[in-house]
Amino acid sequence: MSVNRDQRVDLEVVANLIPPQSRVLDVGSGDGSLLELLQDTKQVDGRGLELSQRGVNECVARGLSVIQGDADKDLQFYPDKGFDFVVLSQTLQATRNPKLVLDELLRIGNRAIVSFPNFGHWRVRLSLFLNGRMPVTKDLPYSWYDTPNIHFCTIRDFVNLCDELGATVEKATALDANGQKIGLSMPWWFWNFFGQQAVFLLRR
Amino acid sequence: MAALRAGKTNNEADQPSSPVLRFGSDKPLKLDAGTLLSPFQIAYQTYGTLNDARSNAILVCHALTGDQHVANTNPVTGKPGWWEVLIGPGKIIDTNRFFVICSNVIGGCLGSTGPASTNPATGKPYGLDLPIITIRDMVRAQQMLIDHFGIEKLFCVLGGSMGGMQVLQWASSYPERVFSALPIATGARHSSQNIAFHEVGRQAVMADPDWHGGKYFEYGKRPEKGLAVARMAAHITYLSEAALHRKFGRNLQDREALTFGFDADFQIESYLRHQGMTFVDRFDANSYLYMTRSMDYFDLAADHGGRLADAFAGTKTRFCLVSFTSDWLFPTEESRSIVHALNAAGASVSFVEIETDRGHDAFLLDEPELFAAINGFIGSAARARGLAS
Repeated sequence: MSVNRDQRVDLEVVANLIPPQSRVLDVGSGDGSLLELLQDTKQVDGRGLELSQRGVNECVARGLSVIQGDADKDLQFYPDKGFDFVVLSQTLQATRNPKLVLDELLRIGNRAIVSFPNFGHWRVRLSLFLNGRMPVTKDLPYSWYDTPNIHFCTIRDFVNLCDELGATVEKATALDANGQKIGLSMPWWFWNFFGQQAVFLLRR
Repeated sequence: MAALRAGKTNNEADQPSSPVLRFGSDKPLKLDAGTLLSPFQIAYQTYGTLNDARSNAILVCHALTGDQHVANTNPVTGKPGWWEVLIGPGKIIDTNRFFVICSNVIGGCLGSTGPASTNPATGKPYGLDLPIITIRDMVRAQQMLIDHFGIEKLFCVLGGSMGGMQVLQWASSYPERVFSALPIATGARHSSQNIAFHEVGRQAVMADPDWHGGKYFEYGKRPEKGLAVARMAAHITYLSEAALHRKFGRNLQDREALTFGFDADFQIESYLRHQGMTFVDRFDANSYLYMTRSMDYFDLAADHGGRLADAFAGTKTRFCLVSFTSDWLFPTEESRSIVHALNAAGASVSFVEIETDRGHDAFLLDEPELFAAINGFIGSAARARGLAS
């Protein structure tokens, strides 16, 4: 788990993108909150991949279908288009090779849903600008030396990466600090400034 | 004493305390060795009640030296069943809710046809005249037992170690008959190191002059020393260095100082000797040869062109694999490679690695995390199968 669990306002947004009875792989499934939400409300056929053994054991004890594994290493074992949706929520920034991981998500799933903290948010910019130190916020509570988040990006950065990988953005949502959706009509620069988190629905 | 023990084991082999299902010449068991075994018999135990829909049956597969007495007092040793911590009324595998079946494997020595059983052609024990038995042969026989109960689909097949191999074989050979599969501390093949340990054990048995080329019953003997040594060597592989050191360290056995001789000075020596001695009271030496061989021959990927994922192609079975951090007989990597194959086959799979220093034998012990995983997996599978809690 790479961000504060209480702050997982993105889970509802992700869940709303997934139709009932879908086949879903949740990469970085943590304590299984999203899988449980999806199973209870959407009756999905859900699977999880989680790095922490403790998280996995808790998930399995709760009856979820989860295995221990590393998004950087273990996605290669999944077949092409084996799932309707592959979800990577709040984990991209903690991977060693985000580009490869995203590429794998698009290969395994008919759709990929990616959520991540936006490093372009004005608080982050302000914190770095004023303090001259790596930002530590409520959402990103780690110091630079102990953070699992090794590959931060902004919403603009992510959109560029999607272009590079030939992925089509079917839907994008930015959430402000209160977890509220930011109006759809706003331009990218606005989202990039006021969005604290972003959720993308992609296909290739 | 040896003769008495020999007689006792022989009785359990032909006339076991368990119910027995006998198959005549009309229903031979087709063996991988290329021959037919006929007649043959399966000894089994059941617990709980099969529901009207016949959908609540759980098959437990036993390990190398296990038997069908999984949840009742063992008639040979007088000890509790080998998985009574897990299975019984009100337990994690609740026999008030599930119908649990456990059978002695073919090649075993507690009532299913094995080398200690009487060969109808000669009137003497089979000895080495019994064809080599494989894991797939054992599963084929179990399938005939399940047919006998009129069970179309087992709710769950579970087992550890050699039992786990049978679980994997079940899921591969009869995917439509296995709703959920729980292979614990096992592998899809026996590693070179594991074959090596088994070979040491077999050579110890065969080097005992009382073995008599496998015909020891005819001489009123049993190769107890050889079998005990085999068990001692194997037992080390079931534990871990950390657990051995924690339990025994370099502690001396009932003495203040080293004796400068070859008595059991150390507690660990005394412990292993005891393990060896009690084992020969309950197990047949030839059966030990056959059981170890069946594991050595197991290689599920090799049966499918070398690609393990193909052993599970199109499977609808729900899997949960469990490994233990200190298990050096079936290290976590063995389970992980099965998980990767199941991922490639698009299967539903859970995988739990449990932190413990108790080694391979952890699966037989009271391990809360193991029980939590089994409980969660069985519970969610039961909901999916529509079994009321």
